[in-house]
Amino acid sequence: MVFGVVFLGAWEVFVRWQHVRPFVLAPPSKVWAAGANNLEGIVDAMKVSGGNALLGLLFGTVLGCLVALFTAAVRWIGEIVNPLAIAVNAIPIVVLVAIFTRMYEADSETPRRIMTTLTAFFVVFINVSRGLRENSATHNELMQSYAATTRQKFLKLRLPNASSFLFTGIRVAAPLTVITAIVAEYFGGNRNGLGASISGFFSISKKDVGLAYVAGASVLGLLFFLLAAVLEYVSVPWQRRRVSK
Amino acid sequence: MTLAVEVIDVHKVFNAGHSQRVEALAAVDVMVGEGEFVSLIGPSGCGKSTLLRLVADLLEPTAGRIAVNGKTPRQARLDQDYGMAFQQAGLFDWRTVAKNIELPLELKGWDKAKRRDRALEMLELVKLPDRADAMPWQLSGGQQQRIAIARALASHPSLLLMDEPFGALDEMTREHMQAELLRICAATKTTVIFVTHSIPEAVYLSDRVVVMSAGPGRITSIVSVGLDRSRDEGTREAKQFYDKITEVREALRGNPVGAGRDDR
Repeated sequence: MVFGVVFLGAWEVFVRWQHVRPFVLAPPSKVWAAGANNLEGIVDAMKVSGGNALLGLLFGTVLGCLVALFTAAVRWIGEIVNPLAIAVNAIPIVVLVAIFTRMYEADSETPRRIMTTLTAFFVVFINVSRGLRENSATHNELMQSYAATTRQKFLKLRLPNASSFLFTGIRVAAPLTVITAIVAEYFGGNRNGLGASISGFFSISKKDVGLAYVAGASVLGLLFFLLAAVLEYVSVPWQRRRVSK
Repeated sequence: MTLAVEVIDVHKVFNAGHSQRVEALAAVDVMVGEGEFVSLIGPSGCGKSTLLRLVADLLEPTAGRIAVNGKTPRQARLDQDYGMAFQQAGLFDWRTVAKNIELPLELKGWDKAKRRDRALEMLELVKLPDRADAMPWQLSGGQQQRIAIARALASHPSLLLMDEPFGALDEMTREHMQAELLRICAATKTTVIFVTHSIPEAVYLSDRVVVMSAGPGRITSIVSVGLDRSRDEGTREAKQFYDKITEVREALRGNPVGAGRDDR
């Protein structure tokens, strides 16, 4: 908080003192004013980008869970899919949007939604897979001592154990989908989202308005993170203690 | 006295045929009578935890014979003849305390009302009757360990296998838990095999202390404690208690006094 205030103050002083021209860098006061003047536009853009991110987060999470369950249930499929998924995840998948954009009409939101879905999918899939595989040694020995069947172990231990990993995955994926939704807009398509507006206003040297949209993007990312963090806090309460310890 | 556990000439080798071959146990014989409390003590790597896992059928012996209540360990495990508790309480975070205790019964297909009754009975036994609907992470370490013991005893097994169950607790809680365990065992007439690092703990709890040495794991001597079964806090200051501690300590150092190899 203090750091933020000092940073903004230093920025303001620097811009005024050095007489930096506004099309190079705008001072925070100008950005604030631009934000107030363009509030409606910013909120509309947040709705578009946020909507794409939210849809992707929902579909990606569901898909990630389903595929993780499937690969955990059928071992040989898991052995093929898991290393593959990690390899694919290492590719900066945002660049794929360039391909998807050409596959759909210019005004379609679908390529962006595919991207956000993919982003969320990988994070959730990898987390849930780990949750299904990594149980504590004590839990495993206990289940063995109870002579639990494979099915019982899956339902009573591996599945609930994965739930805390699921919510961690969602918390990590949520701000990532926002970034993906925004960056995906740089690759063409509708000019209605935050990413498109930011690049648009920067290219016509309206730096103050562009930065106001950047602030909007930060708020959106933060909102997603908070939402996911609260969801985790409420759904898997035992994680709180473990994190704080 | 009938035998709860027989371990006859048991060997256990890990990674047989590999360069990292480890002889964990060699020619181990132990007999545990019904209702007896036996501790296994020894340095790290002496195979005391391995021996416990062989009895529990979590591991299989390389050679030798083990019987639990006259059955194979596998059959005993399938029949839930024993309950087990570890250093980590290992409660399931997503289940309430009562549901944790019910888990072994649930897996055996007990009906809901019966399980719940048994869980409440067990909570009464470990003196936490009002924590049935609490979540494990709301309990202290000592309370969690009590729930783990309640869970281990839920199916009324005749045998309790414990692997350093109080190892992670502070000294005060630990002594309190030891007294509680003796009370519970006296009430339920359960046979116990108890793995520990602590000499006073082994002496305080046990009828007999099995002293082991490492590389490969062997039994060096078995100390009969012979303290009064109704031991209390005063016992910890009795002369006989200290004498037995000394006896176990000397046995651990490798110059056994008194009893020597037990061949009951």
